[in-house]
Amino acid sequence: MSIPARQLVKLFSGNEAIARGAFEAGVKVASAYPGTPSTEILENFARYEGVYAEWAPNEKVAVEVALGASMAGVRALAAMKHVGVNVAADPIFTASYTGVRGGLVIVTADDPELHSSQNEQDNRHYAVAAKIPMLEPSDSEEAKDFTIIAFELSEKFDTPVFLRTTTRISHAKGAVRLGEPSGPPFPPGFVRDPAKWIMLPLNAKKRHVIVEKRMLALKEFAETFPGNRIEWGDRSLGIITAGVSYQYVREAFPDASVLKLGMAHPMPERLIREFAAGVSRLVVVEELDPFIETHVKALGIPVQGKELIPIVGELDPRIVREGIAGGSAPVRAPEEVPSRPPNLCPGCPHRGLFYVLSKQKVIVTGDIGCYTLAALPPLSTMDTCICMGASIGNAFGIEKALGKAALGKVVAVIGDSTFIHSGITGLIDIVYNRGFSTVIILDNRTTAMTGAQENPATGMTLLKDPTHSLDLPGLCRAIGVEHVYIVNPHDLAQTEAVLKRELAREAPSVIITEAPCVLLPDHRKKKRPVYEVITDLCTGCKACGKLGCPAIEWVPFTPEEAVAAGKKQTQKGISRINTLLCDGCNQCPQLCKFKAILEGKS
Amino acid sequence: MSVVAGGNVLLAGVGGQGILLASEVLCEAFLLGGYDVKKSEVHGMAQRGGAVTTHLRFGPKVNSPLIEPGTADLLVAFEKMEALRFVHYLSPGGAALANAQEIYPPSVATGRERYPAGIEERLREFTPRLFVVDALAAALSLGEVRAVNIVMVGAASHFLPLEKETYTDALRAFLPEKIVEVNVRAFRAGRGLLPAQV
Ligand code: SF4
Ligand code: SF4
Repeated sequence: MSIPARQLVKLFSGNEAIARGAFEAGVKVASAYPGTPSTEILENFARYEGVYAEWAPNEKVAVEVALGASMAGVRALAAMKHVGVNVAADPIFTASYTGVRGGLVIVTADDPELHSSQNEQDNRHYAVAAKIPMLEPSDSEEAKDFTIIAFELSEKFDTPVFLRTTTRISHAKGAVRLGEPSGPPFPPGFVRDPAKWIMLPLNAKKRHVIVEKRMLALKEFAETFPGNRIEWGDRSLGIITAGVSYQYVREAFPDASVLKLGMAHPMPERLIREFAAGVSRLVVVEELDPFIETHVKALGIPVQGKELIPIVGELDPRIVREGIAGGSAPVRAPEEVPSRPPNLCPGCPHRGLFYVLSKQKVIVTGDIGCYTLAALPPLSTMDTCICMGASIGNAFGIEKALGKAALGKVVAVIGDSTFIHSGITGLIDIVYNRGFSTVIILDNRTTAMTGAQENPATGMTLLKDPTHSLDLPGLCRAIGVEHVYIVNPHDLAQTEAVLKRELAREAPSVIITEAPCVLLPDHRKKKRPVYEVITDLCTGCKACGKLGCPAIEWVPFTPEEAVAAGKKQTQKGISRINTLLCDGCNQCPQLCKFKAILEGKS
Repeated sequence: MSVVAGGNVLLAGVGGQGILLASEVLCEAFLLGGYDVKKSEVHGMAQRGGAVTTHLRFGPKVNSPLIEPGTADLLVAFEKMEALRFVHYLSPGGAALANAQEIYPPSVATGRERYPAGIEERLREFTPRLFVVDALAAALSLGEVRAVNIVMVGAASHFLPLEKETYTDALRAFLPEKIVEVNVRAFRAGRGLLPAQV
């Protein structure tokens, strides 16, 4: 087929391609919680005409909503990052038993290399554990095609279907041919079917038998599924691979024979045997766990895998080439350069809170969000970070372990969106079990980390409709927290006073820091002052530098330069504010004892 | 580069400099120019001052979305020190284009480390084909600091096998109406920073 009109080919990321595929497949309902690298799927899907798309409070709810839509006979999609599947696992494992009515696809976006995650789990294992088929595209074009196929499989085999991507699929862009959207497979409507939808043990036992039969049928399907294909080439080397690893293999070994698996589960036994018999050396190339390798070995076929290809991190063509062919191409070593880790933005409200916290001698249990960056110097004000919502339970556990000695010593910090996702139940635990841990909710009116998405506290939906905005202080009070206070984190004195008081309190308390994320359009539109350091007044005490604001730069002096600048010979330098970066938050002027930081002209 | 079958372009800079947008425009231009193109970057934390890279590959058919070290035909660094961080990606004949702008990383901003000296000399050890431009000054003269990214695209266009109209077509196809003009001017200003023969 030739590529006809130019406008039918678009450059799409894997996420955009999945959104397009869902649209072309006639998906009516999609639900997700934002998480890198999956976020853009729903953001893009929401832009199509005639669809319903939402941010759910967490991934479990997202899957339940999508399953409900499937029950009512429409095609539905839920999307999440790999760790989101942990949260959603409960409904997913039983949805495997109930099966579907309208097609149901669950996207899991894994993150090998932990570009923006707390672990590197390999979610292909979920397909096996939940007995759900899984497709694995290897570029944007396949991401769109496989999304459509996933819906067809879902209805044909009465099962949810996993679509697994990794960061280099989700965020890499490639050309995609657009197709026409199709109508719904059948008219929507909920049909009562207790044996299918009510998973009492009596019914579930029978459904389990159906699940096992279904997986056998899918295994048969996998033998002829065109997404599983052999590309015969030089028979001295045969490589079994899947996902983005296929691209690296093709780049590194253009002439080798390749078995590309588009379906991670179940795997085609006969096809694998045929391929293995046709090549003299067999190697599996896959990122993370030896998933395909273990399967091939279980078939009794000798194969090489993880002894050649690393189990940690992501791959690239060079790793694949050197792993299999040995040797190493001469490459020049990288230059020594100061590292450039991400930082809280200039003017970030979190900085004020963490600066104040850094001066208290407390254990800070942290959570997932931009504010996790406060763990880095110079703030270095976070002691733990595990998963969404863990800060509160962790703080309470530390309190219970240390007893009275923990009074005034433990504080949990958690973002607004993270609190709604998984923090509420932890707070209930503190109140219910008579704790005194202090919880700080960082309310910046958005889900900032993933690029400023709406959430239940923002008063706006993904489809940009105004809605009820969750009353965070009211919610905390309803849980039974009597002491709930709101502070402005840019006001360091006020924040410190309230923090000290609440830390000392022998009762649960919640402090809500309220100030908008600087990336929000409303904030960016506002005119704000820019601050500057009056060089003559600056003594080089570096007090302002403790904030770690990217706009504050240290200008070092030699003794001669110090004297030339009219300073004491011993002064090591001065601070300078980069006016292109300063957001005018007014935090640093509060730290300068010498009143050297003043509002500038623009 | 005049007419070439394919190539690897590595864009590097600091989160917030608009590298993602610049790479989108370049990809769109390659697609308009009839190439297959793939690009890869990691976003999700790009706004917060960390080092950012985009791998962009074009040709008749592109497989890997990643560029291997030692194989980039062109390095486009939006910040001077970032050129140094990624210069080992250059192929032996590759060219480096660097913005003279300095943005201090936290360790430098807080005085724990110094901003590296002699960056240009160190870059020249990797390639004689080093071009340093002041994209920030060019953008400021247009009255739009945020246009640094498209100024860099303009300068980079000298090294790429596309007609200059293709870039402006890509800008028009890709950007919202009201910012097209300033960016077309930024592209031209960037192109004007280097002589026609590079
Ligand atoms: S706190 Fe004031 S005196 Fe101290 S380094 Fe900063 S600007 Fe200079
Ligand atoms: S006022 Fe000070 S702390 Fe706030 S953004 Fe400007 S330089 Fe940074």
